[in-house]
Amino acid sequence: MTAAVPVARPRGQWLSTLARQRELSLVAILILLGGLVTLTAPQFLTVANISQVAVLASVIAVAAVGEALVVITRNVDLSVEATIGLVAYGVARVLELHALDAAGAIVLGLGLGLVLGMINGLIVTLFRVPAIVATLGTLSIFRGVDYLIAGSHQVPLAGLPEGFTDAARDTFFGIPYFVLVAVVVVAIGSVILRSTRFGRQLYAVGSNPEAAAILGIPSRMVVFTAFSLCGLLAGAAGVLWVMEFGTINGTSATGVVLAVVAAVVVGGVNIFGGSGTLAGAALGALFLGFIANALILVGLSQFWLQAIYGVVILVAVTADAFILRRLKRANKRSGSR
Amino acid sequence: MAPVKGQPAWTRLVARWETLLVVALAGLVVLGTSLSPFFLTLGNFSNLIAALMEVAIMALAMTLIIVAGEIDLSVESMAGLASAILGFLWAAGVPLEAGIPIVLAVGALGGLMNGLLVARFGLPSLVVTLGTLALFRGLALIVLGPRGVSDFPPAFTQLGFGHVAGTLIPWPFVIFIGLALLLGIVLHRTWIGRHIYAIGKNTGAARFSGLRVTRIRVSLFVLSGLIAALAGIILTSRLSSARADAGAGMTLTVVTVVLLGGVNIFGGSGTIPGVVLAVLSVAVMQNALRLASVTVEVQSIALGLLLILSVVIPTFAHQAKSAVDRVRGGRPPPADSVPHGERALP
Repeated sequence: MTAAVPVARPRGQWLSTLARQRELSLVAILILLGGLVTLTAPQFLTVANISQVAVLASVIAVAAVGEALVVITRNVDLSVEATIGLVAYGVARVLELHALDAAGAIVLGLGLGLVLGMINGLIVTLFRVPAIVATLGTLSIFRGVDYLIAGSHQVPLAGLPEGFTDAARDTFFGIPYFVLVAVVVVAIGSVILRSTRFGRQLYAVGSNPEAAAILGIPSRMVVFTAFSLCGLLAGAAGVLWVMEFGTINGTSATGVVLAVVAAVVVGGVNIFGGSGTLAGAALGALFLGFIANALILVGLSQFWLQAIYGVVILVAVTADAFILRRLKRANKRSGSR
Repeated sequence: MAPVKGQPAWTRLVARWETLLVVALAGLVVLGTSLSPFFLTLGNFSNLIAALMEVAIMALAMTLIIVAGEIDLSVESMAGLASAILGFLWAAGVPLEAGIPIVLAVGALGGLMNGLLVARFGLPSLVVTLGTLALFRGLALIVLGPRGVSDFPPAFTQLGFGHVAGTLIPWPFVIFIGLALLLGIVLHRTWIGRHIYAIGKNTGAARFSGLRVTRIRVSLFVLSGLIAALAGIILTSRLSSARADAGAGMTLTVVTVVLLGGVNIFGGSGTIPGVVLAVLSVAVMQNALRLASVTVEVQSIALGLLLILSVVIPTFAHQAKSAVDRVRGGRPPPADSVPHGERALP
């Protein structure tokens, strides 16, 4: 049996490579797509354009990393856009009122995000409400609070302290700061997932909750932590949102959850939980960012964007299920031999 | 659940949930009357009910979907797509007699797409319908763009805006009651309904018992798409305007109404009468909040809380009940009637 295993799967081999190397295939598709778009719109491949896309994608990527943590535990957080919106308005308003300096406002934003994430985590773990219902509810509640405190007020760019939005445009040896932030978040998160007890428990809870419980893994604590971190990262995305856009009102970041979930799904995080990488989720965000940019450069209207997000989500989950099914079949065949 | 012998407690619990709703409804009516003398007038009631009918008829189809253990988040976008296509066709000179059937067919097709992806490919309905939530809204924007179409003939706007001749009963309410009767009979009095409960309770067992699980699931999604398109038509008629963003945010209210009606989010239990009661309760609640001049923002907070509470309260009531039973030394509850708090959606 042990001798037969290495030779027996010529068919499942490329499929499993494809399934495992989602990051690689994404990069390949990106390069192919980039080439095609460059043919029709040469400005696509300029440094200015690419760094502009990467900066915006970094904001989504930070939120997508948080969402990936939750999805790996076989849950979902639909309230991220409301968290981003509420944190963005809170930070911008505090700065406009000169209540805190820039550093204080950033800490406030991160703290607010963490608290909102903890609320989600508590509802899901302590009150045992399924994540979809809990976060659909908090999506409405957080957004309602956002509208309530914002009213019709809009914080203008001039209301922010001078230089606050520079971070979105400044670079460090040619690399935008936002991209560095996203890379650092992905790096820290990946190390935690790969090398700490919490990281392994996250995968265990997502891939087999019953087995995880038998092993004595505190699954509720793990899920709670995942939601809290998701809130914290959504808070970070909210702070980045203020720096990127400058003008913030109560409706900021509406509809962003679709981009975040699409990034996670495209990035190869299994929607059934238990597998996926944070780098994949971040690459997914970059992928969507380039698609959005290419659309505009090719001359399609902005309205196509939403439809394309939908198609991307559907294609990604269908492809995942297809690959998984073929893999299982191939494994079964080689196993029975 | 009914066939389990010696366990009338569960059926009584369900009955009590509906009783609770009636009590809540009565309480809200009393509260509303104390807020404003106009609260109980027929004119007011007819207005408050008419404004919720699109949500209400989508909730009926959603009830069957959730009982079968699935969810359809795309209904609000399908309503928007229906509105956009109707407006586009009317602006292009297609008569409504042709336009409405086309829109309904698009609704059924969209539902078929959801159904095939969920039932054939075995994908989770949550993600599939999140994808079509984006896709259908995107298509609506592509079809109609940011403009609105509003020169519909009076005969059409009468559908959403008018009343049955000589009374104050709005036409959408008639459609809602008709659909509630139809789907109520299908769910509670036919083999189709029993199969839906069986699938929601235990899909594997249902399949091994020879039930046509795939076919029923696909049909339910087709029904949901069709009804969402109908809701889009009614919405267009009531506002006498077709817009691509019609119905945005309605899914939340639809799911809230269904869960408030006592339908178990994990599938396998729930009733149409419960959901009808929940529709009336939410209508009265929204009206009471409006009369108390509570802002729309606070209403959306209240709705979110209501959604979460409608899952929390039954779970805790059940736990409290089994705790009391344990203290009294009674039988433990059957394992399958315990709400699976930590189980993820299929």
